[in-house]
Amino acid sequence: MSELSVNHLLGIKHLNPQDIELIFKTADQFKEVINRPIKKVPSLRDITVANLFFENSTRTRLSFELAEKRLSADVVNFSASSSSVKKGETLIDTVNNILAMKVDLVVMRHPNPGAAVFLSQNVNSIIVNAGDGAHEHPTQALLDAFSIREKWGELKGKRIAIVGDILHSRVALSNIFCLQKLGAEVMVCGPTTLMPKYIKSLGVQVSHDLTEALEWADVANMLRVQHERQDTRYFPSIREYARQYGVTRELLDSLNKEITIMHPGPINRGVEISSDVADGDHSIILQQVENGVAIRMAVLYLLAAKKQMEFSA
Amino acid sequence: MTKKELLSEQALHIILNRLACELVENHRDFSDTVLIGLQPRGGFVLNRLRALLGEQGFERVDTGLLDITFYRDDFRRRENPLSANQTRIDVLLENKRVVFIDDVLYTGRSVRAALDAIHSFGRPKEIELLVLIDRRFSRELPIQPDYTGQRVDAISSERVSVEWQDEAEKDSVYLLNTTHERA
Repeated sequence: MSELSVNHLLGIKHLNPQDIELIFKTADQFKEVINRPIKKVPSLRDITVANLFFENSTRTRLSFELAEKRLSADVVNFSASSSSVKKGETLIDTVNNILAMKVDLVVMRHPNPGAAVFLSQNVNSIIVNAGDGAHEHPTQALLDAFSIREKWGELKGKRIAIVGDILHSRVALSNIFCLQKLGAEVMVCGPTTLMPKYIKSLGVQVSHDLTEALEWADVANMLRVQHERQDTRYFPSIREYARQYGVTRELLDSLNKEITIMHPGPINRGVEISSDVADGDHSIILQQVENGVAIRMAVLYLLAAKKQMEFSA
Repeated sequence: MTKKELLSEQALHIILNRLACELVENHRDFSDTVLIGLQPRGGFVLNRLRALLGEQGFERVDTGLLDITFYRDDFRRRENPLSANQTRIDVLLENKRVVFIDDVLYTGRSVRAALDAIHSFGRPKEIELLVLIDRRFSRELPIQPDYTGQRVDAISSERVSVEWQDEAEKDSVYLLNTTHERA
C-alpha cells in the first residue's frame, strides 16, 4: 500500500495500522534525507502550508516548519497572540481568510479538543492536527512509536508505561491509540487525581506505583505535569510528586534491566525526570526530536500526495 | 496480457559482461568512480556488474543506491503514488565520476529526477548513464545513455520487464503487452 486511508491527520484514532506502517516506512527515507549534506527535497514545492498556532509551542512548531521547508513547501506562520483572533474573529473565518490566499494545507494547534475535526468539516483544505487541547497530538505519538521501533525493532508485544499527568495529556491519549494499534501493551501510571475516570475503558493497565510500572515496562514515556491546564491542586507539592513519580538514576539502577526513557518535552528537570536520566544513556529524548522532523515530513508528504494537482485556466 | 522473451539468460549475461568491460575501459581502476543504482530496479543491475567487476579483479568499487521518489515530476499527478525506497550513499560525490545504473531507460524522467537528487550529495565531476535496455524513440526529455545493453523498440502499451534470479526463476528480459498505462 502506498496511500493513506485518510485525507487529514486529525488523530491516531482515525488511522489504521497500515497507515502507521506507511508513515514509518516513508519517515525512514526522510530520516536519511535530513542527514544528507543538503537536507532538502523538492516534493512539495508547489504547496503552501499555514502553521496556525492558537497555543504556545516551540518544539512542535519548529519541527513542522523545518519539515515543511525540507520538503520545499512555502510556509506562513501564524500565532494567535498577534492576530485578529484577539479582535473576535471566529476560527472558520480566520482559516477561510488564510485559505483565500491560496494555502493548500493547514497545520493547527488549538486549546479546544476537537478543533481540528471541526475545521476539517467546515473548510476546504488538508488539516494536520498539531495538538487539540487534551484530546490528541498525533504526530507526537507517531514519532514516539517510531523512536521505540528504531530502538527495539518492533512495537508488537513491547510494554510501554506512560507516566505522569495522564488527565491533561493529549500525548498520552494519542500514544495509547498508536501503541495499541501496533500491538504493544500499555500501562499508565500516575497519581489517582491525574488519572481520567474511565481510563480502563481504553484497555490499558493502571498503576499508581512508579517502581512497579518500571519493573513491568520496556519503555517509559515520562510526561510533564501540565500546570497550565490544572485548574485546581492535584497533588500536595511538586517535591512530593517528584519523590513518587520522578524517575532517577538510583531508581533505574535498582531495576537491573534494560529500559528506555522517553519524554515528549518540554522537560521539567528534577520533577518527572532527573537531569542525569534525561542526559544519560537510557534516554532517547533527543532522538525523538530528530525523528519528529522525519515523521512530520512523511505525514505532510503522504497527505499532499492525496491531493491531485489541479490545472485550471 | 502477452509475455514475450526479448533476451534469454545467456544473452543477458553476455551483455552484462560487455557492459562491465566497457566500464573498465573508461574508468580504469575505478579510484574516482562511484556506481549508483537507481531504485528500485537499478540495484539489481548494479549488483551483477559489481560481481563481474570483482571477477576481473576490481574488488573495491564504490557503489550506492539512489531513490528518486521525492524528486519525481509526477507527484500529485499520478493516480497511485509510489512508495519511497532506501537511499544508501556512504561516499562523498564531490569531484567523483558518477555512473547512474538502471535497468530500462524509457521516457528519461527518472534520470532527470536522479540528476536533481544526486546534487544533495555533492557536485560530481561528471555523470554517465548505463542502462541495460534502451527503449528507443520513447524519450520525453533530451537524455541518452552512455552505455547501452540492448536497444528495444516497443510501443507505449507495451512494457519491458527485466527479471532477476534473485526474485524470479531466472534472469531474462520480457516484453509485456498490457492494456495498462505505462509504468
